[in-house]
Amino acid sequence: MLESLQDGLQSAFKTLRGQGRLTESNMREGLKLVENALLEADVSYDVVKAFMQDISDKAVGQDVLKSLKPEQQLVGIVNEALIELLGGDSDPTLHLKQDVTVLMMCGLQGAGKTTTCGKLARLIGQDGKKALLCAADLQRPAAVDQLHIVGKSVDTPVYSEPGATDPIAVCQNAVKHARENGIDVVILDTAGRLAIDEELMQQLKTIDLKVHPDKAFLVVDGMTGQDAVNSAKAFNNALDLNGVIMTKLDGDARGGALLSVKQVTGVPIKFIGTSEHMDGLEPFHPDRFASRILGM
Amino acid sequence: AEGSLVDEELLDDIFAILIRTDMGAGPANQIKDRIARDFRGRVVHTEDILKNIQDELSGLMQQDQEPIKMAAEGPTVILVVGVNGAGKTTSIAKLTRWFIDQGNSVVLGAGDTFRAAASEQLSIWAERLGATIVRGEPGSDPASVAFRAVDEGINQNADVVIIDTAGRLQTQKNLMTQLDKMRRVIGKKIEAAPHEVLLVLDATAGQNGISQAKGFSDAAQCTGIVLTKLDGTAKGGVVVPIRKEFELPVKFIGVGEKPEDLTRFDPEAFCNALFAAP
Ligand SMILES: Nc1nc2c(ncn2[C@@H]2O[C@H](COP(=O)(O)OP(=O)(O)OP(=O)(O)O)[C@@H](O)[C@H]2O)c(=O)[nH]1
Ligand SMILES: Nc1nc2c(ncn2[C@@H]2O[C@H](COP(=O)(O)OP(=O)(O)OP(=O)(O)O)[C@@H](O)[C@H]2O)c(=O)[nH]1
Ligand SMILES: [K+]
Ligand SMILES: [Mg+2]
Ligand SMILES: [Mg+2]
Repeated sequence: MLESLQDGLQSAFKTLRGQGRLTESNMREGLKLVENALLEADVSYDVVKAFMQDISDKAVGQDVLKSLKPEQQLVGIVNEALIELLGGDSDPTLHLKQDVTVLMMCGLQGAGKTTTCGKLARLIGQDGKKALLCAADLQRPAAVDQLHIVGKSVDTPVYSEPGATDPIAVCQNAVKHARENGIDVVILDTAGRLAIDEELMQQLKTIDLKVHPDKAFLVVDGMTGQDAVNSAKAFNNALDLNGVIMTKLDGDARGGALLSVKQVTGVPIKFIGTSEHMDGLEPFHPDRFASRILGM
Repeated sequence: AEGSLVDEELLDDIFAILIRTDMGAGPANQIKDRIARDFRGRVVHTEDILKNIQDELSGLMQQDQEPIKMAAEGPTVILVVGVNGAGKTTSIAKLTRWFIDQGNSVVLGAGDTFRAAASEQLSIWAERLGATIVRGEPGSDPASVAFRAVDEGINQNADVVIIDTAGRLQTQKNLMTQLDKMRRVIGKKIEAAPHEVLLVLDATAGQNGISQAKGFSDAAQCTGIVLTKLDGTAKGGVVVPIRKEFELPVKFIGVGEKPEDLTRFDPEAFCNALFAAP
């Protein structure tokens, strides 16, 4: 499908060769191919629609450059617009404070929060800072055990309270513990939740209010489809997100949902997860990601 | 209400609704074209068009009555596979509950020896639900856990053996080969086993679900799908092209995190929900 976007465009533009200028009518077929490619990559419908309008506006009236084939020119315009959308503002640093910095992970069930907590702790440790992982998922069976094993594998202590039932108190106590023990960064591993679960979304807001995390990161599964807009919107409304991390990009998912998430939250994309292992966290590169979405 | 003319605008609205289900641009275009052919120029209500599409899709999604074929004798062995975090272990808890409710005894095999605390997670469920569990050391060979679990099922004269596996991406060749090895080892104990290989698919997944269905079916010969997380706003429409391309039926749906949050797949209900507002 996508591998053939370039091929498809080539045949769509066969007739265009030799014509001087990109027009709405001579681009129609090519634009349709781009639209389908974006939808196949899981970019949300509304985002695709707005994006295609933007592309068409940018392209129409451009002279076909002598040095380029028209399909290359259109792909160039699309690519540039994608990179711009994904964020020239990408910024993979965590902006740690002098004092204790608190990072909160949130997201849907199974997105990769706990694993990403470990990856971030490892990164922070490599920078010569001390991290503390906080076991704030009191819901999923063995979530606390999981975080302890993850913590051990990246030489990072884990704060947990056996038998605890109130994640808010656990987070507060973890931050207190960090202040008393010279810890630089506390990473809160919250339970996965649905964006429409009002009770659990309220719980997140309460953590936000009482624990004052410096950064709230949304962890999004790289295989997510059209629903990405709904959940990202809800988490952003609840928490004023500061960043996004997309996981499981070591497979063949196009990750187009990232464009949707970026569009609805407007916050920078921080990292991408590329393995189950603790070293599988990479800085986000908008240009590489644009190619990935287009399948090129 | 007056209804409206089936024109380009209405067809685009229909297309948008179809896309939002995650069925993908190909199937959505096909349906849109069919609607254009059948209805163009007529005055209709959008709901009637959607109803028409729902009927078409629920026809496509029909399947056998019984979700699980029980073995004629000896334990029925079920292998559960899927990508990371899809809901395999939780779905096993739900299936365990489902079988126990029907008076069956269950042995679980904690075949995820890789992910942190995966076996602890399944053990907690086994204890809560009253199933036997067979575990292995972290990092040990999952095929050997599967072998021992089936063995235990035979010794206990259990009705069902369900084997968990570590999450993996369908592009990971070695890990996919490992699934085949698990299958073969199970087959050494009981020739017809595994009787079912269930692919757990997250309803929030988009078009990658198609690649998952292909990859896991090729490697592990899946017999059906458990579609999880339908309690959220995601529609899970990717099972439509999966059904079309691979004939892989959806057997159960997951609608929550608790053991009782599993129901049999109902094509009508599923297809009605496809177009419900989020
Ligand atoms: N291949 C791959 N797997 C990942 C990645 N990140 C996480 N995983 C896996 O995804 C699964 C879910 O990860 P978790 O960290 O448990 O997810 P979670 O969001 O904490 O899940 P809940 O706490 O249940 O909501 C595990 O099997 C992880 O090993 C990644 O970047 N690549
Ligand atoms: N809302 C909802 N959450 C679910 C459902 N099924 C599973 N979950 C949650 O999804 C997360 C991941 O579930 P697991 O059962 O651990 O998934 P898994 O496929 O075994 O994950 P790995 O073994 O890490 O690959 C957990 O937080 C579950 O509680 C469902 O139907 N609805
Ligand atoms: K739903
Ligand atoms: Mg977790
Ligand atoms: Mg599991």
